[in-house]
Amino acid sequence: MNWLLEPSVSTFGPDIDRLYYIILVITGIIFFLTQFLLIYFLVKYRRREGRKAEYIHGSTRAEILWTAVPFVIVLVLALMSRPVWDEVKDPGLFPEDAYEVTVVARQFEWETHYAGSNGEFDAEDSFTVLNRLHVPVNQPVIIHLESEDVIHSFFVPRFRLKQDALPGRSIPMWFEVTETGEYELGCAELCGIGHYRMDGLVIVHTQEEFENWKAERLAAAGGGSVGSDRAQALTGEDSQ
Amino acid sequence: MSSVGTQTVEQQHTSHEEDTGLWSWITTVDHKRIAIMYFVTATFFFFVAGAKALAIRVQLMFPEQELITPEVYNQFFTMHGTTMIFLVAMPMAVAFFNYVVPLQIGARDVAFPRLNALSYWVFLFGGLYLNSSFIVGAAPHASWVGYATLTMPEFSPGQNTNFWLIGLSILGIASIAGGVNFITTIINMRAPGMKLMRMPLFTWMTFVTSFLLITAIPVIGVALIYLGFDRLFGTVFFQPAGGGDPVLWQHLFWIFGHPEVYILILPAFGVISDVIPTFSKKPLFGYPIVVYAGLLIGFIGWGVWSHHMFTVGLGPIADSFFVAATMIIAIPTGVKIFNWIATMWGGSLKFTTAMLFSVGLVAVFTVGGLSGIMHASAPVNLQQHDTYFVVAHFHYVIVGGAMMGLWAGLYYWFPKVRGRYLSETLGKWHFWTTMIGFNLTFFPMHFAGIFGMPRRIYTYSAELNVDIYNQLATIGAFIFALSAVIMAWNLVKSWRGGEKAPANPWGAPHLEWSIPSPPHHYNFPAIPTVQSREPLWNDGEREAILAVTMEEPETEPVMPNPSYWPILLAASITLIWALVMTGIWWVIALAILPVIYCVFKWGMEPAFPEGH
Repeated sequence: MNWLLEPSVSTFGPDIDRLYYIILVITGIIFFLTQFLLIYFLVKYRRREGRKAEYIHGSTRAEILWTAVPFVIVLVLALMSRPVWDEVKDPGLFPEDAYEVTVVARQFEWETHYAGSNGEFDAEDSFTVLNRLHVPVNQPVIIHLESEDVIHSFFVPRFRLKQDALPGRSIPMWFEVTETGEYELGCAELCGIGHYRMDGLVIVHTQEEFENWKAERLAAAGGGSVGSDRAQALTGEDSQ
Repeated sequence: MSSVGTQTVEQQHTSHEEDTGLWSWITTVDHKRIAIMYFVTATFFFFVAGAKALAIRVQLMFPEQELITPEVYNQFFTMHGTTMIFLVAMPMAVAFFNYVVPLQIGARDVAFPRLNALSYWVFLFGGLYLNSSFIVGAAPHASWVGYATLTMPEFSPGQNTNFWLIGLSILGIASIAGGVNFITTIINMRAPGMKLMRMPLFTWMTFVTSFLLITAIPVIGVALIYLGFDRLFGTVFFQPAGGGDPVLWQHLFWIFGHPEVYILILPAFGVISDVIPTFSKKPLFGYPIVVYAGLLIGFIGWGVWSHHMFTVGLGPIADSFFVAATMIIAIPTGVKIFNWIATMWGGSLKFTTAMLFSVGLVAVFTVGGLSGIMHASAPVNLQQHDTYFVVAHFHYVIVGGAMMGLWAGLYYWFPKVRGRYLSETLGKWHFWTTMIGFNLTFFPMHFAGIFGMPRRIYTYSAELNVDIYNQLATIGAFIFALSAVIMAWNLVKSWRGGEKAPANPWGAPHLEWSIPSPPHHYNFPAIPTVQSREPLWNDGEREAILAVTMEEPETEPVMPNPSYWPILLAASITLIWALVMTGIWWVIALAILPVIYCVFKWGMEPAFPEGH
């Protein structure tokens, strides 16, 4: 059994985890104090012969204390949340040198679209991969998230990242992974009967590996197959 | 026209109290009988929805299981949630509003007795209609939040989602009528001297909840009507292809949905704010603060809905506002918890089952409140949203809060209803199996969630490493189910053979304990005058009240006529909504005729016996 979060592997992951642990500790202290006081009172003031209840009906000082202290705590937590949230979700603060990929969600798969060698997504040699998202390590990546049918949610627990995919919109999100490896990608929003099996993998390569992989795919896409056949021809290896 | 309506005064007076036949229940407008019907029906649905939860837990006990099909699984969790909220937690609270509020404020009935009966019948028929979807194999399957565009005809063909949207529309009528009834009752029908700031906390929280009902339910009503038009008549409110927006649904749903959380929890807060002082032999600590905290929760509850939508992408400014509002609503909730604990400070605590459930609420609800602070922080929410962490959180709030409070109320007020105690021995078994089963079910889910197990998944891979949490949860669910069986057994057993209870078995301070158990159908022979917040705890005031309330009246107070128009109107309302499924406008238009007929007959029927 595990009690702590699995280590995060994105650049903003540690910031989110720090916030989580700070809140966990604060709420944990409040929890134990409250339960301790409750149990102490339950034992101390249980009904016994010869002892009458004291007449206490309120205390302004106590009310002010237990309103003000929580107020300060939640205010601090809200203020601490703000910069982390901006770091993850504010499009104005997204890194400028990011590698861009389009991910299209549909019942019940993820299709990743890579730009051709000229940087355009509709180029002759642009290509798609099914249920696999290949990205380079230590390089910011911007994903343009789209949905063809219902709402899905792009969820990579190890990145601490979740973003809903909405039909009719293209929503940008970003991440930068700090460790190579394969990470589970799941759908977090109920999207129909196959919701549970709408999963994939994010495969994080070294820069060099990624360039090789991409070059191979661009060459395969550019030579020969065109149009819709292209996607099918290329998904063979990567499909589950 | 109606034989019931023209009964003579004498028949009324002689027959009413003994009359216990089926027809007397069908035509009753007595708030106490309606309360019992609400409670029994809600408990029935509690078992229906609980059985689905067990099926879900068995399916999830081990990875990669396929015991039921994914379609049935989706139907089960959708109907588990929908039923527990709309057919269990809400109506069970309404059962207590009905029984207790008129007695606590010194009234003979609610303001609109026939409307009250209509609320019950609409609730019953709406609930049966919703569940009839299982008989035709088309139960709702798009979750209790029914997000567009999954609910659009393209992705949810068939009648499944129609059952859901029509069922909820019908139930909304019952809720709005109930809200209007209790607001009017509490404003107008309090005994002389019962100022607002002398009302028992349960009545106060009923008052706040009723305002939330009449303001929040119409919002989902609008959303459901849009949804119905999109599905049946080709509009595009939620269809991006036609210029609509699926996010609009989420806003409308959660503008209803978050106040709804407080609709569920505030009645329970009200119950334990009455129970804890009684068994501590002390007045509620900080009465005005607890009242204001309840009001504040009711107001701020309207400004936090988008914390359900942090992953949608509303923009950092909007998100930050909802982070702050959500953090702030934790304060009045915390203040209430501190005041309950302070009520016990220096008290003389008696651990009856009612008190145990109240203390249990304080202990367990705190977990739900604190995990709520965690995902109030948007960055932390990012990991927890739509995972089992959230499932754990809201079960701690709704079961650990709302349901525990209502069970406290059950043990507290049952002697008033029946004149007999519920068995305390079985009650303690009920309490401890609930505490163990409930915590074992839901605490491990926090871990499954933060390790990335999404909600509403039919099965999961062994690689996710969440097996152990799911197994604990499944074992816990069966212990929790056992607790429900113990409760039902206790109800059945004690209804007939429970130990006899006097008028005020707990030495409680409020007016409902000043009349015999069970009460006369007219409640109070004459209306007492109240001079304080705890009238039965003050020497002098108590004697003055009991002199009025325990007397046999020379002439019985005149009570409203029974009527069968509420059940008929409820049936015709359900019929017209059910016919919406056909999508044929003239069929629906024709079905308005029985509704109009019933409303007309209702209007012409005398509410009271002739001469009054």
